[in-house]
Amino acid sequence: MAMTITEKILAQHSGKSRVEPGENIWVDVDVLMTHDVCGPGTIGIFKEHFGKTAKVWDKQKVVIIPDHYIFTADEKAHRNVDILRDFVKEQSLPNYYDVGTEKYKGVCHIALAEEGHTRPGEILLGTDSHTCTAGAFGEFATGIGNTDAGFVLGTGKTWLKVPPTMRFVFEGKLPPYLMAKDLILTIIGEIGVDGATYRAMEFAGEGVHGLNIEERMTLCNMVIEAGGKNGIIEPDKVTLDFVKSRTDKPFEVVKNDPDAKYFYERVFDLKDLEPVVAKPHSPDNKASVREVAGTRLDRAYIGSCTGGKITDFIAAARILKGRQVKIDTFVVPATTEVACKLNEVKIDGKSLMDIFKEAGTVIGPATCGACLGGPIDTLGRLNKSEVCISTTNRNFPGRMGSKSSQVYLASPLTVAASAISGKITDPRDCV
Amino acid sequence: MIKEKISGKAYILGDDIDTDQIIPAQYLTYNPANAEERKMFGKYALIGVPEGKQGLPGGRTPFVTDGAMQSEFKVVIGGKNFGCGSSREHAPLAIREAGVEIVIAEFYARIFFRNCVNGGYLIPYESKDRLSEIIKTGEEVEVDIKHNLLRNHTTGKVYELKPLGDILPIIEAGDVFKYAKKSGIIG
Repeated sequence: MAMTITEKILAQHSGKSRVEPGENIWVDVDVLMTHDVCGPGTIGIFKEHFGKTAKVWDKQKVVIIPDHYIFTADEKAHRNVDILRDFVKEQSLPNYYDVGTEKYKGVCHIALAEEGHTRPGEILLGTDSHTCTAGAFGEFATGIGNTDAGFVLGTGKTWLKVPPTMRFVFEGKLPPYLMAKDLILTIIGEIGVDGATYRAMEFAGEGVHGLNIEERMTLCNMVIEAGGKNGIIEPDKVTLDFVKSRTDKPFEVVKNDPDAKYFYERVFDLKDLEPVVAKPHSPDNKASVREVAGTRLDRAYIGSCTGGKITDFIAAARILKGRQVKIDTFVVPATTEVACKLNEVKIDGKSLMDIFKEAGTVIGPATCGACLGGPIDTLGRLNKSEVCISTTNRNFPGRMGSKSSQVYLASPLTVAASAISGKITDPRDCV
Repeated sequence: MIKEKISGKAYILGDDIDTDQIIPAQYLTYNPANAEERKMFGKYALIGVPEGKQGLPGGRTPFVTDGAMQSEFKVVIGGKNFGCGSSREHAPLAIREAGVEIVIAEFYARIFFRNCVNGGYLIPYESKDRLSEIIKTGEEVEVDIKHNLLRNHTTGKVYELKPLGDILPIIEAGDVFKYAKKSGIIG
């Protein structure tokens, strides 16, 4: 019987020749990732159930990346990183990216890929809902809680319900005014924040395979905003070139069976799409940028796992070059590698860093930052009733700080265009 | 063994109650593995729900009153897509620490649902009716787990809940660890 990529990966990891949507199975996990927010609780649960001296199931397969609350004076936040550090030492874990060292990375989902922990055909679980980002590499990746993670730490296993797959096909080529963020916001706007609950979301078509790896990560990153269990893209040369440049570890590419069954299929033609935003207070509250153009803003934010990769900053810099921002604009690279590239990548001979500095933006260190509000002293946090346009992933009430703030989600192009005018602006009106 | 019945005052919420409303990110620095810090999640449970939506319809009934460590409400009833957003297990834990053992919604976001069950925090019932528009905050209700029913003692009406299905064995065992031991998956 034919299977989708998601079904095949789950079958292979459960020791079965086939699985069907709706089936509950136990699977072997290839990589478990945790960070400073959920790590301490996960470690507590692991010790409670497996004993104070218990060892993790496979130390090569555990990856710990502090990234959320790093650049803050909050003492408990620092204490939580200490808990991670102690655990890593006690367990001799090789894959730890410690704060204050050369190994420090920043946002876990981007760091996982940069450090070669995302590989086709594998199962990656992480204590963060945006773990689904790694579906861009043709693997099954999803977010779990502390209890599930504590269980995996001790056993290397978890139970999963096999999701039916929804398939989203993009035909045509991406026009210069659109980004992956527009595509995923269009989908979420159409199917709603619960439109893919308990389902896999697969992205296919010329429009998807024409995207670079980072843009594919943006697509998969936001499937959770539609309730999706995982996002997935069939690996191609772009995937393999990236993965092989980051790791020597062997992996097995899994592809769809030609007659695999989909729960749902939707085909978009890229030439019919336009830049969109998600209005406050839900990622499915879609409007075209033209519809809300002119909305007054207090702040712009470019960063996070969704919108803080080098591709995102190149897009923003194309618009900001030689211009000044009219509102407070924050540039927060996802990882230290992205931060380095801000100095290396140039447009017409000028580095992105210089472009952002000359435009008057505030540039922060690599971290999750204000995407999820965080401690009160987080750079860029919305502490009052500000209106912000952001390249991040969620705009639920209070997501970026104050409950009285308002967040519009948009692509880096739209955010940059809006930063210059101080009001929501279509990037087509800016180039 | 799970209780046969859970009763107390109901607290009503709307659709798409996300984990940032259940426990905002600024409180996530407390470590749930620390007994004293764990209690703080009860104090701040549902503090992110905006005014106008707190306990609907007037929307100004806080779930936990200022200064209290637990809620006077015992059954939380939401609408669609309850618990969407982040994977933070602090969310079901916060509701549990506030003194609640049962939530009822039309349906749940996947990770929140798993966390409720695998961590043994809350019994996540699904309702057949849109109870968030039928029952009012403060009404005395009783959840009959044995028969999958919700009785509204204030109005005398009874509503069917969807059977717990696949998750019942884990709920009966207590959490995923106890379930895995019972079924021989771990030693």
